[in-house]
Amino acid sequence: MVLPLLAANPLRLTLNVLDFGILIIYFALVITIGVLARRAIATSEDFLLAGRSLPAWITGLAFISANLGAIEILGMAANGAQYGWSTVHFYWIGAVPAMVFLGLVMMPFYYGSRVRSVPEYLRRRFNAPTHIFNALTFAVATVLIAGVNLYALAIILEALLGWPLWTSIIIAAGFVLAYITLGGLSGAIYNEVLQFFVILAGLIPIVIVGLAHVGGWAGLQAAVSHTPLGPAAFSSWQGTGIPWTNPLGDWIGIVFGLGFVLSFGYWTTNFAEVQRALSAKDLSAGQRTPLIGAYPKIFIPFLTIIPGLIALVVVPHLGSAEGLPYNDAIPLLMNKFLPNGVLGVAMAGLIAAFMAGMAANVSAFNTVFTYDLWQTYVRRGRSDRYYLRVGRIVTVAGVLIGILTAFIAAGYSNIMNYIQLLFSFFNAPLFATFLIAMFWKRVSPMAGILGLAAGTIAAGVFHYVAFNIPYFYPGGHFDPTHATINAQMQNFYGAIAAFVADAVVTVIVTLLGRPKPLSELAGLVWGVPDPNAPDPSKVPKPTWWASPALLGWGALAITFLLSLIFL
Amino acid sequence: MSQNETQPSAPQSAAAKLFDLRVLIGGLFTFYGMVLIIAGLFASPAEIQKASGININLWMGIGMLFVGLLFLLWWRLRPLPPPVDPARDDDAASSQSHHAS
Repeated sequence: MVLPLLAANPLRLTLNVLDFGILIIYFALVITIGVLARRAIATSEDFLLAGRSLPAWITGLAFISANLGAIEILGMAANGAQYGWSTVHFYWIGAVPAMVFLGLVMMPFYYGSRVRSVPEYLRRRFNAPTHIFNALTFAVATVLIAGVNLYALAIILEALLGWPLWTSIIIAAGFVLAYITLGGLSGAIYNEVLQFFVILAGLIPIVIVGLAHVGGWAGLQAAVSHTPLGPAAFSSWQGTGIPWTNPLGDWIGIVFGLGFVLSFGYWTTNFAEVQRALSAKDLSAGQRTPLIGAYPKIFIPFLTIIPGLIALVVVPHLGSAEGLPYNDAIPLLMNKFLPNGVLGVAMAGLIAAFMAGMAANVSAFNTVFTYDLWQTYVRRGRSDRYYLRVGRIVTVAGVLIGILTAFIAAGYSNIMNYIQLLFSFFNAPLFATFLIAMFWKRVSPMAGILGLAAGTIAAGVFHYVAFNIPYFYPGGHFDPTHATINAQMQNFYGAIAAFVADAVVTVIVTLLGRPKPLSELAGLVWGVPDPNAPDPSKVPKPTWWASPALLGWGALAITFLLSLIFL
Repeated sequence: MSQNETQPSAPQSAAAKLFDLRVLIGGLFTFYGMVLIIAGLFASPAEIQKASGININLWMGIGMLFVGLLFLLWWRLRPLPPPVDPARDDDAASSQSHHAS
């Protein structure tokens, strides 16, 4: 009987020579990219910021690919199965506006001020305490999350291929270490671009075969309406009024919490993303980086949410107590539908996505550590060759810390969730501080650190207070065990609380203190131009169809239209 | 950081020497495309049945081959400009040495 075999391990894949051949070739190419990229490294800026020389199409795809880690892919498919089309909020309202804002509004500040990292912007705009607070929390967060990526990869490989955890951890970390220590950020970015295409090549067959299996789009809609999600599964905004019935809560949380605070906070201040834009070859390319990245972001939900819904239909009891967890959606579909061949490509894409997530975090870590912490506070004024060497050493250290974190997470799996929760508290208020800093000349240096601290504390406090607010429970029915709370709403409203706390404290402290002299704010604030900036009339204008304004507004228009279609 | 201005012997960026990624992407996808097409041509009826009646290896192979050839074509038609000597290109040098005040 097939059933008992399936029950033994329904996720276990049978890869054959063809699949392994595909995998081996892929990873040989990954290392080759690292080796070849090494030739283009002579300065620390080459190593840590790709020499600021990359074309927009590469940085744009790397920008989106750094975010398209496997946790994101598997997680979004799981969300698709659990929440239905409302998951699209994480893409449309929860990413595109922020990406457009970064490209059109903030990149001129980041790129024009020649800061080499996001924390460095804070150092120049505010003061050293603000800088250290952000640089340290970001550095620690990002290297620990690299470890989380590594652990998640090991778990998947154990389930899919039967490899022991420690084998996957060491081998995967070894690959990442090789290509980013050799190739630096260029190696990381090039591999992210390659990985983007391989991921598409891995997901597309799942969607094609899956949709054929359930009878096309109409068949999927009909089948899903018989699942616990019901007919509302394909509507993203239904039930978002007050009182709410939508799985993501009410529109206030979705629009202001997710769409504004969390989304802008991540896309405009997370250095793992902004770093890709800073590595572009000029301001226009830097601006177009997030704008180019917005287009795939708009359409990727069709490759992640649809598999989630298909899995909900074809896998019995998915996500319920007697079935497999939602996170298994994509691996289960790979097993069910893909023959050897495309299966190998899908595995390559999946493994590469995990590794690229780890690489993006380590490459952001090494830049912030080398420039913001080591060079600024520990060993100043050394030769550039010294900092290049430091960058390489820090890269190795970052990977080792990641390995250590992965092993710890293997022992205490809840650690992963705590790490991510803790760092979400630090992320939440960032955008408030940045927004005020960029547009209000008066903001005083102390307002930076105090605002960030207040926002972080508010996020943490709100998270625990929220458990006692009945509004966040379905139907308003308070649950003493806290188990049924709408975690998404808790998250979104917590972000709003952090933003408000940060903004209020920033304003109060500013009004009580003294601003920085305008001479120190050149290029950092709206209305204080950088006298050293290149003359705009000399900068070559991009062709009309590549102008940032067109790209940005075009992305917003498409998102708006799609949102109407899936209302 | 004022390394590039106070130390004229500071190393120049080598970033312009970075290879063109398009040839690698094009090459990989062309290769994968051909491999998958061959796998698709030899697909057993059981495999096709598993994939809802679609010979997915064949179709993905054709698609990937197409994408691979597109990249190679792009690489051929619009090659990267040859690396410019940083010492001769004043604008590049001054924009690279420009630093935070």
